[in-house]
Amino acid sequence: MTDVTKNIQLSEEEFLLNMGPQHPSTHGVLRLVLKLRGEFIEDLTPHVGYLHRSIEKIAENRTYAQFMPFTDRIDYCASMPCNLAWALAVEKLAGIEVPPRAQYLRVLMTELNRIASHLIYLGVMSLDLGAFTPFLYTFREREWILDLFEMTCGQRLTYNYMRIGGVSRDLPPEFYQSCKNFTKVFLKKVDEYEALFTYNPIFLTRTKDIGILPIAVGLEYGASGPTIRGSGHNWDLRKVEPYSSYEKFDFNVPLGTKGDVWDRYMVRVQEMRESCKIINQALDGLPEGEIKAKVPGVFKPPAGEVISRIEAPRGEMGYYLVSDGSTKPYRVKIRTASYGNLQVLRYLSRGWKIADLVAIFGSLDVVLPEVDR
Amino acid sequence: MLELTGIIQWVGGIVTSISNSLGLPQIIIDIILILLIAVAIFAFLMLMALYLIWMERKVSGHIQDRLGPMMTGWHGWAQTIADALKLLQKEDIIVANADRKVHYWAPIVVFTACFAVYAVIPFGKGMLAADVNIGILYILSITTFTTLSLLMAGWASNNKYALLGGMRSASQIISYEVPLTLSILGVVMMAGTLSMGKFVELQGPYIWKWYVWPQFIGFCIYLIASTAELNRTPFDLPEAEQELVAGFNIEYSGMKFAMFFLAEFLNMFTVGAVTTTLFLGGWNPPLPALAFIPSWVWFLGKSLFIVFVIMWFKWTYPRLRVDHLLSFAWKVLLPISFINIILTAIGITIF
Repeated sequence: MTDVTKNIQLSEEEFLLNMGPQHPSTHGVLRLVLKLRGEFIEDLTPHVGYLHRSIEKIAENRTYAQFMPFTDRIDYCASMPCNLAWALAVEKLAGIEVPPRAQYLRVLMTELNRIASHLIYLGVMSLDLGAFTPFLYTFREREWILDLFEMTCGQRLTYNYMRIGGVSRDLPPEFYQSCKNFTKVFLKKVDEYEALFTYNPIFLTRTKDIGILPIAVGLEYGASGPTIRGSGHNWDLRKVEPYSSYEKFDFNVPLGTKGDVWDRYMVRVQEMRESCKIINQALDGLPEGEIKAKVPGVFKPPAGEVISRIEAPRGEMGYYLVSDGSTKPYRVKIRTASYGNLQVLRYLSRGWKIADLVAIFGSLDVVLPEVDR
Repeated sequence: MLELTGIIQWVGGIVTSISNSLGLPQIIIDIILILLIAVAIFAFLMLMALYLIWMERKVSGHIQDRLGPMMTGWHGWAQTIADALKLLQKEDIIVANADRKVHYWAPIVVFTACFAVYAVIPFGKGMLAADVNIGILYILSITTFTTLSLLMAGWASNNKYALLGGMRSASQIISYEVPLTLSILGVVMMAGTLSMGKFVELQGPYIWKWYVWPQFIGFCIYLIASTAELNRTPFDLPEAEQELVAGFNIEYSGMKFAMFFLAEFLNMFTVGAVTTTLFLGGWNPPLPALAFIPSWVWFLGKSLFIVFVIMWFKWTYPRLRVDHLLSFAWKVLLPISFINIILTAIGITIF
């Protein structure tokens, strides 16, 4: 790895600070080379790649079904959407029709996972701002979701739940009641988080008008998801390009106005409420029938290339898949939301203080394994 | 009764009579007595620091919907002792390019300073080690040593995070020293003394005569400013874990780290004790009828309540940013404390 610090010119009053790879608020192993004047950030270079596991290359040596567990590891905070995007890519390539019940189950699981992921965001963001307690509150509720997942697919973090053509298991009988209870209790808990945070004066001074992202800049860098919706750009693939029967659900896309840290926080908080709505609809309108389409044991999709994309909790996530007609993919390219969102960091944090950098970085909700893959 | 005054006099009497029978000069007897008192206070404070760390973990645990330490003894009471033993065994690492002498002295300075304060704190009836006539002034000047040691630690570690932490702590404590002193001034004006013993005497065992009521603004300012002096959330910028990793104490390990840690908790108790003495009637019970409870129990209870409030802050609020912190001190706290002084002056002239 080349030494990025070599090419940076420093004046008398400036100094370099290596923030990371091991640092409490880089959410994993991100290295930020900061050029500081006192506490002000003159410039910043994000340095990624410390968590590279060459998942894309691994895909070329696995069959389509075998690659599914690897997609779990792309974003461990939200594995279900990673599963879903892979399944969608392969189904699109092979032209497989997914049964309606499986589609609904997929929606149910991804939305539960979205809440779990946003809860991590909320906890970690508050931790970044120095408040320790909300972290444990959000993890308390996340625990419930993980229990629901465990009930369904036996796993708490890396689910491997989706299958090509459907899902691996149907819901257990006790799932319905437990999930209903969860959505009911959870809405009250969201109010509790908001009481702790949203209009807390210290929180407001730390987040309002900090790290403002104009829509144009965000789009140039490839930011997506709540990061760009916080600036007011109405782009949600669940609405724009519905997949897995999202068109049948009634929900709103929360938007921010200014694009500061507070807006990005607010968008996520409201998204949790919307996800609750979707979960309730999915539970009530769950169609009967098969949970998996018939897929041959030795699965050979036709040669060709497809792109799948979905709205993961952090933004647009998708796979570019090239097939040569054999049992293994010829090439897989993974597009992850965090990578695009991380690129905005340099633009956002120039001129701010270290404390703001932590808040801005927290608000982008970057998960490092997703950046490095 | 359970008052400790009798015990102290009894021990003092024994020491004096033994020394007299040995024919020692008066000065040596005095030195022995002072050393005995110092050792007693030291022992009490070490136990108090250990207890406070346990209390912090319990308080944070219950605020966060969990139990805190439970395994070591009853509700984990021996947890801190176990931790201290572990820290004692640890290797004392001094980084290669550190300023060795300064690095070595920084924790000692902070530790000494926070013990020296207790010479003038009235723990209970007749339990004041030295009733200096400028007690509160002495406390204010001694507690400022903390800044010096944090700056020493930050500078000597030769670490950029530590340096930023040290600088932050210096600017923060210098700013908050001003409203802190001014908030005490109100009480001093009302009491017309600087002696800690006198403050307690003047307030007496009547809850309505305590200075917290006429000096409520001063009380609030003192609590806020001293939280800032303690470097605790929402003012814990010098050691902001998420920004500066651990700030000034990043390069400290083993017992030196533990000394910073213990000093932080003892300073917290100092704030509780000073607040109690200045505003909450010291060791006096709220009503004369409640005097059957020993005075030191009242003192500890009130001090620990203040400590609990400071802990409560920590586990509720996010952290401020450094410029907000400073502007809050200069633009909000300072004018209010000036207004408080003017109001107090008017009040004193009228009544």
